Amino acid sequence: MRHLIDITDLSQPELDSLLDLASEIIENPGKCADACKGKKLAALFFEPSTRTRLSFEAAMLDLGGSVIGFSDGGSSSAAKGESVADTVRTVGCYADIIAMRHPKEGAPLLASRHAGVPVINAGDGGHNHPTQTLADLLTIKREKGRLGSLNIGFCGDLKFGRTVHSLITALSRYEGIALTLISPKELPVPEYLKASVIEKNNMPFTETVDMEAALPELDILYMTRVQKERFFNEADYIRLKDRFILDAYKMKNARPDMSVMHPLPRVNEISVKVDDDPRACYFKQVLNGKFIRMALILTLLEVLS
Amino acid sequence: MNVDGVNSGIVLDHIQAGKSMAIYRYLHLDKLECCVAIIKNVKSGKLGRKDIIKIDAELPMNLDVLGYIDPNITVNVIKNGEIAEKKRLDLPRELVNILHCKNPRCITSAEQEIDHIFRLDDLEKQIYRCVYCETKSKE
Repeated sequence: MRHLIDITDLSQPELDSLLDLASEIIENPGKCADACKGKKLAALFFEPSTRTRLSFEAAMLDLGGSVIGFSDGGSSSAAKGESVADTVRTVGCYADIIAMRHPKEGAPLLASRHAGVPVINAGDGGHNHPTQTLADLLTIKREKGRLGSLNIGFCGDLKFGRTVHSLITALSRYEGIALTLISPKELPVPEYLKASVIEKNNMPFTETVDMEAALPELDILYMTRVQKERFFNEADYIRLKDRFILDAYKMKNARPDMSVMHPLPRVNEISVKVDDDPRACYFKQVLNGKFIRMALILTLLEVLS
Repeated sequence: MNVDGVNSGIVLDHIQAGKSMAIYRYLHLDKLECCVAIIKNVKSGKLGRKDIIKIDAELPMNLDVLGYIDPNITVNVIKNGEIAEKKRLDLPRELVNILHCKNPRCITSAEQEIDHIFRLDDLEKQIYRCVYCETKSKE
């Protein structure tokens, strides 16, 4: 049985195949309209989410399947102290596939060992978010026409930004990816990511606190939010939350073909005035997220002949 | 001081002096009913001082963890009073409930009776990482 816990669970051919399938669905949305008829997705969200949960639900509904689940751990038996293992053993009796978000790192991996059905990691604390990565890769491929030979800037909270961790890991497999890591000194990429992924794969990288200086060299700027929910100390959050704000003035220094991405939700790190700039891709990412999740569900349920 | 030889069992030799009690705990030797001898601070030409543990029974024991604690330990398997096999130790690929994850954001900090599993990430630097959150072991 296949699960998607970490983006590296997918081999390069599997990743490419998923991206191709998602592109096929985009070109021909009716193609898989009944592919999951009679199948149920359990969306187990122990942490709040708008896009990821609704995207999974919309994906399953567009495949002809149905959805059960909860959108808040407080409304499940987790509030009574039920373990993750027991919760997913129970849900595995009702559903054909599980999409799970949990505040604790590694919870979906634990779930995959007990559920008895495929488990998709829909975000585990500040650790990984592989389906966002798939949406990001699909967006990069469709915007740039390639997944290699790109200078990509990651800006904001690179310490707890799980989308950043998963995307850098996925990009490490492609040739010619250079990284510009723009973050406050307090929120750099974690040591394990730098050692096990960036340095191990000889990815050229620079670390800086100067967003404006880095901007003109970038093919893609991937903005992230400083996440209040990851801080134990609110004073630290307040001090760091507005460190980087992308606005229309700064965009003048960027390349005319640079793409601005963001996993959303945004707070104020991208001015709404940037939304009308043709280089802004973050709402395209949202739409691509549904299509790639459709491709993923189809693949893990093995319903395509 | 005399300790009887082992007839059939295991002798762990060349333990770094002072580490024998840690090994006793890691291998749960307190749960055995056979004779177990811990000999500390034995004079050694190679190490200066060393510890030795003698276990007087043939047990299906997983000794992989010894490679993590001290890869220089020699494992002698004794049969009929003779050394039947000398085992060299490698760093184990995985450690279960030997190291404990200290990351408060890790699922191991919340889930009841979960195994703490660490996987070898870098053989050269002997780095293990929690399989759940990838935090590096600090022990």
